Amino acid sequence: MIGAPEIGFALTASALALAAYGSAAAAVSAAGHGRPALRLSSERAAVGVFVLITCAMLLLVYAFLTFDFSVRYVASNTNRGTPFYYRITALWGALEGSIILWAWMLATYTLIVIGRYRRRQPELYPWVLAVMLGVAAFFLLVMTVPAPPFVRLSPVPPDGRGLNPLLEDSGMITHPVALYLGFTGFTVPFAFAMAALATGRVGDEWITITRRWTIVAWYFLSLGLLIGGWWSYHVLGWGGYWAWDPVENAAFMPWLTGTAFLHSVMIQERRRMLKLWNLTLVILTFGLTLFGTFLTRSGILGSVHAFSQGSVGQFFLAFLALVLLGSFSLIAWRFDRLRAQGDLDSVISRESAFLLNNVLLLAAAFTVFFGTVFPLLSEAARGIKVSVGAPFFNLVNIPVFLGLLFLMGVGPLIAWRRASLDNLKRNFLKPVIAGIVAAAVLRAVGIGNALVLVCMALVVFVTGTILLDFWRAVRARRRTTPGWLRAAGSLLVTQNRRYGGFVVHLGILVVALGVAGSQAWSVQTETTLERGQSVDLAGYTVRFDRLSASEESNHFKVTGRFSVDRDRHPLVVLAPAKKFYPQEQTPIAYVDYRLGLIEDLYLVLGDFARDGSHATVKVQVNRMVSWLWIGGLVLTLGTLLCILPDRRRPA
Amino acid sequence: MSGARRHLRWLIPVAVLPVLALLAYGFRTNPRDIPSPLIGRPAAAFALKTFDGSEVTLEALRGRVVVVNFWASWCYPACYEEAPALERGWQTYKDRGVALIGVNIQDKVEPARRFLDQFRHTFPNAPDPAGRVSVDYGVYGVPETFFIDRAGRVRAKHVGAVTDDILKRHIDALLAEPA
Repeated sequence: MIGAPEIGFALTASALALAAYGSAAAAVSAAGHGRPALRLSSERAAVGVFVLITCAMLLLVYAFLTFDFSVRYVASNTNRGTPFYYRITALWGALEGSIILWAWMLATYTLIVIGRYRRRQPELYPWVLAVMLGVAAFFLLVMTVPAPPFVRLSPVPPDGRGLNPLLEDSGMITHPVALYLGFTGFTVPFAFAMAALATGRVGDEWITITRRWTIVAWYFLSLGLLIGGWWSYHVLGWGGYWAWDPVENAAFMPWLTGTAFLHSVMIQERRRMLKLWNLTLVILTFGLTLFGTFLTRSGILGSVHAFSQGSVGQFFLAFLALVLLGSFSLIAWRFDRLRAQGDLDSVISRESAFLLNNVLLLAAAFTVFFGTVFPLLSEAARGIKVSVGAPFFNLVNIPVFLGLLFLMGVGPLIAWRRASLDNLKRNFLKPVIAGIVAAAVLRAVGIGNALVLVCMALVVFVTGTILLDFWRAVRARRRTTPGWLRAAGSLLVTQNRRYGGFVVHLGILVVALGVAGSQAWSVQTETTLERGQSVDLAGYTVRFDRLSASEESNHFKVTGRFSVDRDRHPLVVLAPAKKFYPQEQTPIAYVDYRLGLIEDLYLVLGDFARDGSHATVKVQVNRMVSWLWIGGLVLTLGTLLCILPDRRRPA
Repeated sequence: MSGARRHLRWLIPVAVLPVLALLAYGFRTNPRDIPSPLIGRPAAAFALKTFDGSEVTLEALRGRVVVVNFWASWCYPACYEEAPALERGWQTYKDRGVALIGVNIQDKVEPARRFLDQFRHTFPNAPDPAGRVSVDYGVYGVPETFFIDRAGRVRAKHVGAVTDDILKRHIDALLAEPA
């Protein structure tokens, strides 16, 4: 029988053949110069791959929308009760479909690379094409052999299993998309780095070309992490946004190395140093994106996210081995060309601030990696199953992150090569005083937590450096541009890289405030209330009014109604619920909350009596969590500013 | 640069090997593989009414090897994969003193009946409307299958779809034990 499963499989298999051919053709044309026909053919193959994957993806969406349960993936991830939009997002609700999405994004990026660089970068470009199509071929291989999304289910069941209820949430629409855009985005800098090594053009060319790509990939990865935090916060019902779960760590590690890379390339651009280091960082970042996928897919570590099965893990590990061994061998081969031309002149300089920033980011990445794989190490070495939790990660990472905050203030403003006492005084004296004063004031109003005080002082210090610098620059520009606003605007546009970076830094500062505040000041209580009874927490009075039950399209829902007063004035009625899905063992909590700039009131319904006479409720007042999401908005603005086309003509 | 030092650079790619080896080791372990605490303990008694309306109790089956299979009609694809194997196992072993009981959990009656019709199951199948049996057996997900010896103790538990081989291996081992 020929149906959606067979057509879909044919599409993915032919895409695989085409990608493998295109990759080989591009590599041959790159190695033996002057074979434009072969290169042209590999470009056509890339277009073909894109078309085929697009068709496969649309076919799967169509199967979801029409409840075509002859496709096993559809039957496993929807049922007739699944709402319309979640039938579309169910596409990436599990392993096989998420790989389609991944491959499709990669194919799209490949087309953009072809469009932009086929004429401009004749030497690097064929190798870039070979690498990108090679990576695409790997993902298509996964889609063809170990995890095919198109498998016929026979006999065709009358209804499907349904989507994992935790994924029926708006965060799940955007979180995987942002994360995958980030993950796949790092393929482009990696491909250019490999092209640079293959051709021996290991100068600054590949770095200049990939600057925007790296920023965009980094931004989507940041966004993916933040949206993941938001999802965790308002869906999982434990009141937190980050749990140091192996899979969260897996997405965080490439973020750390990617951040290091973003900064260290500036030193290479400016001082011709760190060539080897930058190549290593981009390889590590790309390798860690694969490692993240490997972790989620292999099932070697227990995690709330792990959707593991079959031999997918082995495929990913083999590919990871190929990538790491191959690219580091290329580095070894080109070792002689990778020597630094510049030298570090002084410890008190921007170079050394950036270097230190890199060391700290790498240290953080390493500790996260170590903590994540430690259970494996322990089992291999001692045969003991252990788990490494938040206390370890917090203990080792908090000092590192505070150090990074400090460098965020120093790095951008300290002089290159060797900073004079005058430069230090001019840029840092006032912000340092502001930071110390802020800490003293906060201490005086009763904040005793030393880590929070240090964090706040650093945030004030860094903000001070940024504002001071911006103020001076605007004042200077005022001499040529009339009007403060116009002066500030033209400064932002003409020096977009510098000030975009500053805005991104401000976004990180806002996130840091959110993290520190929520860790230090959140309070919670859990209690069982009879109908009409109330509980007090931090100025709120939460009264249990009643329970009600309802049958929803794909689950049964018990909703509690709680009236909340604040300082004896009615504030809001919250309705946390428990959802009972037939396919789940345990009910799913539906959190209700009232978000605020300073604090969120957050209610989770626990156990309840069937007659509605009493219910257990967890009441949390989470402070400053909203700052995380605001920080994400600031990050977005900063990134947009960074990737604006350059207005400044090269001097 | 001396010849020996020139070769040192190749230590760069070699350095990733230990990490890869550790990750490969991960395939040999299963983080979810936590042994069931029920193994070796007396199986919890239950009394259920089958879809046909007859009574089935564990008590009445004492002295026989009992296989209890937990399933649901919405459990794709595992329950659908194992369903034919269960019926084949029943046909093979029913005359050799083996009892097979299907316990349908967290399901609705209609689709469950359709499931049974589709696979023409002839062994007793009973719904567990209050979920009591599945809680007693610590069922985490479907399908799970428990093998109970003649003395009424849980001897093995299989998580996921059973196959002909798995059924044969566990049942033969229990049948081989002296009565």
